[in-house]
Amino acid sequence: MTETLPPLPTVKKSPSPKAAAPGAGGAAPSWAVAEVNSRLTAEDKVALFRTMLRIRRFEERSLRAYQAKKIGGFLHLYVGQEAVAVGCCSLMGKNDHVITAYRDHGHALAVGMDMRGLMAELYGKSTGCSKGKGGSMHFFDPSRNYWGGHGIVGGQIPLGTGIAYALKYQGLKGACMAFMGDGAVNQGAVHESYNLAALWQLPVVFVIENNGYSMGTSQQRSSAGELGQRAEAYSMAWEICDGHDVYQVREVMDRFLREARENCRPGIVEIRTYRYRGHSVSDPDKTYRHKSEVEEYRRTKDPIQVFQDTLIAEGVIDPARAEQLDAEVRAEAESAADYAEASPFPSIEDITKDVYWEEDNPSEKKSQGRIFF
Amino acid sequence: MPSLSYREAIRMALIEELHRDPNVVVMGEEVAQFNGAYKVTEGLLEKFGPKRIVDTPISEAGFVGLGIGASMLGIRPVIELMFWSFYSVAFDQILNNAANVRYMSGGQIHCPIVIRGPANGGTNVGATHSHTPENVCANHPGVKVVCPATAYDAKGLLKSAIRDNDPVFFMENTLLYGDRAEIPDEEYLIPIGQANIKRPGIDLTIVAHGRAVITSLAAAQILERDYDISAEVVDLRSIRPLDEATVLASVRKTHRVLLVEENKPFCGVGAQLSHMIQEQAFDELDAPIRRVSSIDAPAIYSPPLEAEQLPTPQRVLRAALETLR
Ligand SMILES: Cc1ncc(C[n+]2csc(CCOP(=O)(O)OP(=O)(O)O)c2C)c(N)n1
Ligand SMILES: [Mg+2]
Repeated sequence: MTETLPPLPTVKKSPSPKAAAPGAGGAAPSWAVAEVNSRLTAEDKVALFRTMLRIRRFEERSLRAYQAKKIGGFLHLYVGQEAVAVGCCSLMGKNDHVITAYRDHGHALAVGMDMRGLMAELYGKSTGCSKGKGGSMHFFDPSRNYWGGHGIVGGQIPLGTGIAYALKYQGLKGACMAFMGDGAVNQGAVHESYNLAALWQLPVVFVIENNGYSMGTSQQRSSAGELGQRAEAYSMAWEICDGHDVYQVREVMDRFLREARENCRPGIVEIRTYRYRGHSVSDPDKTYRHKSEVEEYRRTKDPIQVFQDTLIAEGVIDPARAEQLDAEVRAEAESAADYAEASPFPSIEDITKDVYWEEDNPSEKKSQGRIFF
Repeated sequence: MPSLSYREAIRMALIEELHRDPNVVVMGEEVAQFNGAYKVTEGLLEKFGPKRIVDTPISEAGFVGLGIGASMLGIRPVIELMFWSFYSVAFDQILNNAANVRYMSGGQIHCPIVIRGPANGGTNVGATHSHTPENVCANHPGVKVVCPATAYDAKGLLKSAIRDNDPVFFMENTLLYGDRAEIPDEEYLIPIGQANIKRPGIDLTIVAHGRAVITSLAAAQILERDYDISAEVVDLRSIRPLDEATVLASVRKTHRVLLVEENKPFCGVGAQLSHMIQEQAFDELDAPIRRVSSIDAPAIYSPPLEAEQLPTPQRVLRAALETLR
């Protein structure tokens, strides 16, 4: 490619919330007035809130199941990061796709997957979303444009770039959101993907969920320079966004998704967020941060509390309604656990199924397999 | 003699070698400040400081390759892979660079690097995290592959690995980290390339490596108790170099062979062994060589199913009885 790329399409820093809120005379700054948010109906807003609650209660219920030894292996909880997956996935149109790493329960619920299938997957049951074969790190639902759930740090990013390539190849106006953590940005595959996406102008938005830590390593101890800024090396747009405010996530991501869908311009959005729990449930969370840091974030920036307060201030819900929603969602998580408990395990014969398409579909050897366009 | 866990035995080997040789460096994800994802390197940062015990970003190709490069100048990096499963991210570095640079330079360069970490299934972490790449790695001339089954072996073999002038891939097992053994106070080394008879016997030879040795010993005990059959369990300890002599001596004694591994069957270690035995001791065999391995599919997550996917004492027992029929 010899042609020079057009100039960067967007500013690097989000406009300040104050500027975005006309006449915000002392009131809390608000991203609510951005068109992508102001057009939301009260029902839409409740749905966003509810999805965030569903994630939190699902995670808390799965933690209890883990402690009761119903779940094996790893369990990486999304508690604290809910506004990121919900804000991003709420913007998905028919041709938009999602792929993420192993901290994948939040995205799965945000794209609309059923709690029962997710919980059953955690329990290793045949009714799980991956038939009990993938486990916590490997949730998938391609029918909802959700491509996993990937255990190898950074390994999903080339796949997300490839999904964007397939969209462009087919001439579809869609984009792929490729999520990764702040630790994943140092994998070579991520950098190679940045370059490919920018070089070939692929409709992918790389979303860095920067929760400050990769396992027990702080961002400062693992990465040179700013994470999102690496976009500049590849002539991509980038921006930093606060991840505790679902309106802000939507405002920023909406602009990047439009650029991707309409102009095939890739970009990087670094979303600053926080995880409340240890890296996985087996992390004692003692060596790398102080409890007070977690408490402080919870107290001032809890994404669910922040949005609940916003919705109450907007008159969309009242505290009683918030409580009622929470009770419904808790009941949903509880019944998902019951469903998982009552479901059967796979059989020994199931172990060798789903390895080859050809063996699973002996009568369809000449078909082209499953095409998703 | 103090009793140490497999984890502590590996740590002791690291400590002794860090003391002995100032060029030994321990490097990997979470090895220092976090004390190791599986606590193998616990306390090392405090003892040896950040120059010798180094935390890395999640960049396996980068830091493994860096370790290989540094080893070419005489540094002795002991690189921890949090899981051997992540070797695939660094595949080019370990199986192109480490394995070939000596050969391609006409013998001018060598790579005294150790790459160590757990390489096992059985912990319900799914297919991406449950690879057992000893066969894949051993397919590459230029590297050594070690799979210790006990704490005692782990310590002596790791010390040899660190002193070895060629790349040694040291594959541990998270399910063995808590297993204990008597470890002498005095220093000892176990040479790489010597198999070990873990249990003598006369009726049947079971050859295994890593945790499959423990499974085979359990099966051998049942054979003895319930069937009055005396099985000899040969622990390979290293896949490459392969101690053919010890395996063949056992075959010549028992005339029946069962090969057990947690690897997948296709192109597995057992396939290599089986070929070697029939080629060198065909006339000694009174029955076809049998193999027990993991069921041939990616590692399933579902906990009760994964337990069945790996070799169990029951499966080893059944195969042993068939071999003796
Ligand atoms: C290639 C690879 N190396 C190491 C790991 C082990 N590991 C799993 S998660 C993780 C930390 C990742 O942190 P980050 O990208 O910030 O995501 P977060 O956990 O914060 O969501 C590590 C080192 C892995 N799964 N894959
Ligand atoms: Mg992180």
